[in-house]
Amino acid sequence: MFLYYFQLGLRSLRRNPVLTMLMVAGIGLGIAASMTTLTVMHLMGSDPIPWKSERLHYVQLDGWSPDRAYTDEGDPPDQLTYRDALALMEAGRADRQAAMYKIVLPVQPENAEVKPFNAVGRATHADFFAMFDVPFAYGGAWSRDEDARFGRTVVLSREINERLFGGEDSTGRSVRLDGVDYTVSGVLDVWEPRIKFYDLTNGAFNAHERFFIPFSTAIEREMGTAGNNNCWKERGSGWRAYLDSECIWIQMWVELGSPERRAEYQSFIDAYAGEQKRLGRFMRPLNNRLPNVTDWMEKQQVVTSDVEVQTGLAFAFLLVCLINTIGLLLAKFMRKAGEIGLRRALGASRRQVFAQHLVEAGVVGISGGLVGLALTGVGLMIVRALYTEFASVARFDWLMVFVSIALAIVASLLAGLFPTWRACRIVPAVQLKTQ
Amino acid sequence: MEIRPIFSALMRSKVSMILIGLQVALTLAIVCNALFIIGQRLDTMQRPSGMNEADTFTIHSIGFGEDYDVRSVMNADLALLRGLPGVLAVAPINAMPLSNSGWNSGLSIEPGQRNSTANTAFYFTDDKGIDAYGAELVAGRNFKPEEIGYFTMNDRRPPRVTIMTRALAERMFPDGNAVGGQFYYGDEDNDPATVVGIIEHLQAPWVGSQNIDNVMLLPALLPYGNSSNYLIRAEPGRRDELMKEVESRLAASNSSRILRNLRSMQERRATVYAEDRAMTIILGTVIIALLGITALGIVGMASFWVAQRTRQIGTRRALGATRTDILRYFQTENFIITTLGLIVGGVLAYAFSLWLMNTYQAPRLPWYYVPVGFVCLWLLGQLAVLGPALRASRVPPAVATRSV
Repeated sequence: MFLYYFQLGLRSLRRNPVLTMLMVAGIGLGIAASMTTLTVMHLMGSDPIPWKSERLHYVQLDGWSPDRAYTDEGDPPDQLTYRDALALMEAGRADRQAAMYKIVLPVQPENAEVKPFNAVGRATHADFFAMFDVPFAYGGAWSRDEDARFGRTVVLSREINERLFGGEDSTGRSVRLDGVDYTVSGVLDVWEPRIKFYDLTNGAFNAHERFFIPFSTAIEREMGTAGNNNCWKERGSGWRAYLDSECIWIQMWVELGSPERRAEYQSFIDAYAGEQKRLGRFMRPLNNRLPNVTDWMEKQQVVTSDVEVQTGLAFAFLLVCLINTIGLLLAKFMRKAGEIGLRRALGASRRQVFAQHLVEAGVVGISGGLVGLALTGVGLMIVRALYTEFASVARFDWLMVFVSIALAIVASLLAGLFPTWRACRIVPAVQLKTQ
Repeated sequence: MEIRPIFSALMRSKVSMILIGLQVALTLAIVCNALFIIGQRLDTMQRPSGMNEADTFTIHSIGFGEDYDVRSVMNADLALLRGLPGVLAVAPINAMPLSNSGWNSGLSIEPGQRNSTANTAFYFTDDKGIDAYGAELVAGRNFKPEEIGYFTMNDRRPPRVTIMTRALAERMFPDGNAVGGQFYYGDEDNDPATVVGIIEHLQAPWVGSQNIDNVMLLPALLPYGNSSNYLIRAEPGRRDELMKEVESRLAASNSSRILRNLRSMQERRATVYAEDRAMTIILGTVIIALLGITALGIVGMASFWVAQRTRQIGTRRALGATRTDILRYFQTENFIITTLGLIVGGVLAYAFSLWLMNTYQAPRLPWYYVPVGFVCLWLLGQLAVLGPALRASRVPPAVATRSV
């Protein structure tokens, strides 16, 4: 019976192509608009490392100015001072831990043909790669030993390895960064975290860094941060004074395997804050936090309010399209009153008429869904063109494709309910008389 | 024109009326708020930066190597650039408007204040800075060449003379007399600094900042690490050729450095407001699509009613109604439905605006948006129904006598 209704539906739709096109286009546009914005919002807010995000925690200590909180909402600062990062790293209380900051260095290739160029890198600890499951193509991270001894070692990204060594295994070879030679300990494989969640302070959608060197080496070489730097107190002259100052410029992540470990670490940093208070620092009330990846993304508002407004608007647009479709379906079914009357007179039950017309509505829905899917592709292209930095989040996601089709069918069935119900209520006698 | 008969006829097909009314209501609510957001974004994007944007561009130099002496390189670069034909002014800078990147700090009127009097962006530059930025000196004087110093990692004593924008000066010295006024840099610097000049307007780097009009020029060069940033103002019309010239001359004069970020201020403006522009485009598209769908919905519904009521129309014509009467009938009917929808829509528009205010701290929807929306949607409705209504008016009276 279903197949029969399906054929009837198709035939009926073909009878009035303009009306059909209007309905399909209406649903298609509505679906396209909602799914484009929903895809972007979903990917922006989605967990970039779901198998681990619960165990990774960002460390926040509140040692900010006693006169005002870091933000209007009373949050602690979004970065650490060097003193605090060093102290926490040396205490080593987490399963894995890495302090880090963004640097920019000139790369001086051996090959004289390639001109020196600037590259964005990250100064971090060896645990970074294991913590964030960063894939290696060749070699691996440097050892913890080299972390401690200011090792002149570097991990290269795939792109920079292509540029410098033509993509070969370059482990053991040397790269000159800002006049100093570093030995390559590993080369990364393709790594495309959708969102650069480990450093949200400065470009959440940027690609990852081109190279990584040990944190201690960067400090020893007096490399300033290329990210954000915030001081509530005068920092004094010279590099040593800067390291001792209350300026925040370092991010720190820890891996804590269980909620108990997390609670332990929380007490540890609270105790640390207590110690520092006795030394005259940390004059604010206790406010240390350990958000995990998704908490931190939410706090840093990775999903911008513009994207949220656009998504809400697109769904309101879908609603208008659906109301439109209800009206058009109603008009269509009422026009067919004669045919419905005839079918009823020939013995079709109300239920059968209901089923037939609901299937017809469903057919409109599926076609609208397919059109909508195609238009969503166009929509995502437009989003990528308008927001060049959203390239990683404005793309097709299988879940979203499934949701589009499902949404189209459900929406059109809902829209078809009222017109179908009205169609069933047609009294055969009245229709047959006016024929 | 009798409203009662039209009204009672409408009441018999309540559902269709509700459907159209609802579409109109939602369209009004969304379109009003979306237009308001577009208006706000356009206002934001059009704010003048205080700079001459047409003729200026920047270039960034980063040196490498152990014996790179950034100070002498800066002096050599400035001398070289100032000698190029077509150059009106060159200045070393650390930051500029429309870039979302720079240095800001608090200033105090009294020494040792716990909270600053005002927050401002710091633009480190020399005596050619005002010319290069294209700002207008409205009071006091420019820096003298001998006042220009250096501000480095190791020598962080800020200059004793500065130039402020008018907005910052009014904030720091509300009683006037900003020129010659004294202020303090921060908690541990107990020597006052003096304002020697006021420029009319210059924006801070961050386009989303509350303090975007607060800028202070400091007479010092800021070599951060081995890098130096230059702002070049070309003679009108010569910017593009000069950009290429500057890059090649700087590259040729010193090979121990990387030159990058050769960008014009116009390009910076386009980039920094890209998200706002995207929002206006998206909202604009949604508005047009919404109006289109609603209009098509009205056309569709009206056509259906005309087809449904052909008998009645024929009868009325047979009883003496003119073509115009029929036309007016449909237009009035549409007017009633649209009005009812618009009333609901007006309420929805304010409700939506209230929600936006609470969730996103958006400003309140100005009163004139909804009435103007009313008029526009009335017009849209009338235009949409015109086609079907004209078709209805052409139904011949003879239809009444037929039984098919």
